[in-house]
Amino acid sequence: MAPRSFSIITGTLLCSFVIVPLLAVWRQADASASLGPAEWAALRFTILQAFLSALLSCFLALPVARALSRTQFPGRRLVIKLMGAPFILPVIVAILGLLAVFGQNGWLNAALRSLEMGSFSIYGLHGVLIAHVFFNLPLATRLILLGWATIPQERFRLAQHLALTPSARFRLIEWPMLRVVLPSAFAVIFVICLSSFAVALTLGGGPKSTTLELAIYQAFRFELDFAKVALLGLIQLGLSLSAAILALRMAHEDQLGIGFDRPIDCEARSVIQKFHDTLAIFLALMFLGIPLLLVLANGLSNLSSLPVAVWMAALRSVLIALGATVLCLLLALCLLSRSGEVLATLGIAVSPLLLGTGLFLIARPFLNPFDISLIVTLCVNALMSLPFAVRILRPEMIKIVSNFSRLSLSLGFSYRSWVRWVVWPRLRRPLGFAAGLTAALSVGDLGVIALFGDADRATLPFKLYQLMGSYRTEQAAGCASLLLILSFSFFWIFDFWGRRNA
Amino acid sequence: MLNMLNLRLQQGAFNLLASVPNLSPKIYAVMGPSGAGKSTLLAALAGFVPVQSGTLSWQGIDITSWKPADRPMAMLFQDNNLFPHLTAERNIALAVTQHRTLTKSTRQKILTALMRVGLEGFGDYKPGQLSGGQQSRVALARVLLQDKPIVLLDEPFNALGPALKNDMLDLLQILAHERKSLVLMVTHNPEDALRIAHETLLVSDEQVSLPVSTPDLLANPPPALATYLGKRVTVQ
Repeated sequence: MAPRSFSIITGTLLCSFVIVPLLAVWRQADASASLGPAEWAALRFTILQAFLSALLSCFLALPVARALSRTQFPGRRLVIKLMGAPFILPVIVAILGLLAVFGQNGWLNAALRSLEMGSFSIYGLHGVLIAHVFFNLPLATRLILLGWATIPQERFRLAQHLALTPSARFRLIEWPMLRVVLPSAFAVIFVICLSSFAVALTLGGGPKSTTLELAIYQAFRFELDFAKVALLGLIQLGLSLSAAILALRMAHEDQLGIGFDRPIDCEARSVIQKFHDTLAIFLALMFLGIPLLLVLANGLSNLSSLPVAVWMAALRSVLIALGATVLCLLLALCLLSRSGEVLATLGIAVSPLLLGTGLFLIARPFLNPFDISLIVTLCVNALMSLPFAVRILRPEMIKIVSNFSRLSLSLGFSYRSWVRWVVWPRLRRPLGFAAGLTAALSVGDLGVIALFGDADRATLPFKLYQLMGSYRTEQAAGCASLLLILSFSFFWIFDFWGRRNA
Repeated sequence: MLNMLNLRLQQGAFNLLASVPNLSPKIYAVMGPSGAGKSTLLAALAGFVPVQSGTLSWQGIDITSWKPADRPMAMLFQDNNLFPHLTAERNIALAVTQHRTLTKSTRQKILTALMRVGLEGFGDYKPGQLSGGQQSRVALARVLLQDKPIVLLDEPFNALGPALKNDMLDLLQILAHERKSLVLMVTHNPEDALRIAHETLLVSDEQVSLPVSTPDLLANPPPALATYLGKRVTVQ
């Protein structure tokens, strides 16, 4: 959309915004520093938990996707849509919900106690896995479902025609699709979980379950050991870059898997299959729904009694989210080229904490870095959403240019008219969607703010983390409901704005 | 008069030489095998594809390097002739103004054009609410308002059924005759050519032929065209 010079300038700015902080951290790296046992443990744990999270998510998603692909029931579209919701769900809110089910005072332990079967602790590897599966089971389900949707309907009809046995059907029709889709879904989730921070921060911790991101945070926040931050950060960068490249090579479809639905043939299923399908959908909905409903149930009544500090934090979060959205979309609009898309993906590969540390080091000689913590959060949030925004906007932009540039040329449009009459109205819908995602992700992000946050500069997710840490359960529940409402309203408002009159 | 003087078009391995002098205000069909370059020829005339060498002139003025919008030509493409997010009225209005508010005289012109193509009262509809034939009519109404002496048609009515298409062709013929327009119409359908174009430019073997009488051409098609048409066309 923007003239070429614009995108070159933006690209250069973006590169320097990522590379300069990295260099600042790099300068702190100590050549003699080597990996101690704690760092090795963090590296091992990071890979282990990401591997297991991806494996479990894909494995559990398989029956759910299969059930959704061949069952027709009222609300099916809604269920598929809801499977997209965890993407914009604030991590810390979900964790609070999971604690209400699996935590010390949660349902599970209450049940175990009444049966006198001991207790279950959510802290540690299995807690991290539960949270990661909570977030990535829906993603895996949608990716696999997308794979099912790409199989031509005729093949299923042919299978019925030829009376293929279920096993032959699987071998001939479904397995070839799964062989492509499953590894790529696995890779995407693996990459996402590699840079997991908020989950590890709340449910992990301790020498045995610390991820690299968490180790960076600890080295920064508790030890102010920048050489260690640099070392860990570079390991994390190498790890996530190589994994991301691997995932990109395996990727074959739009990984966001947004909004699709098509009528399905209802094939004849045996009673057992029907039972399995219903059970799979039911269990998935329970697993995903109950924690969130508990958050709302515990929290809504506490909304009115929330202290002023929480409302102030909410205001800060809203402003940051709005700022990040504007910045992200402006950057995205300048980067709607192939190279721009590659550049924007940098945002995913670079750890937000590493970026935050770099900016901290750059700012330190000139001013109190904690004073700019909110600005840094805003910028980093914009950067983190940039790859999604570009991937949402670019296909539509390509379509606009290929469909309407000749007509516009023949009508003699100026650049302004082209934007006003063609680009703006056509791009509004994906813009609204991208803005909704960015705002929702940004308002719920607990990342770089954890490095700098304090009582005076807390965002809402950080405030929630503090409340949880000090066991103010009721306030935490109210705070979580507020955050949940904020992030979903942001998404809904922007998305609605984009769809209106479209 | 439109003059193509040794126009050479080149895109990769594709080559086309067009040297057609003195086309007068009439309807010409442009026919030829697939891939011969009919669409490319029109795109070059309209200024979307640069020519390698040669001169294109209109009324003695060299327009070879003019911008598309400055050329004395209006064009209808195979599809995407209308902006789907704008009303019919706004789509037509873009022929004369890019301002948000429409003057009274512009509105009047749009109403007249809509009436001319038989779509009174459809100004507020968006293309998606109109049938294929109605969409073609809106596009044609815009061409009327663009008020250019040359009209280039790249099979815009192809998606229409036979009866609708014939209606459009007849309407086109009437309008072209009234306004003394020069029309170049790409078609692969001999009946369409016979219906409204007395003369045809044949595009084949990397060349654009001089205008030939359409009935004669179809009665005795050269080998390339005969293969393409596949069957003899009976000419009354």
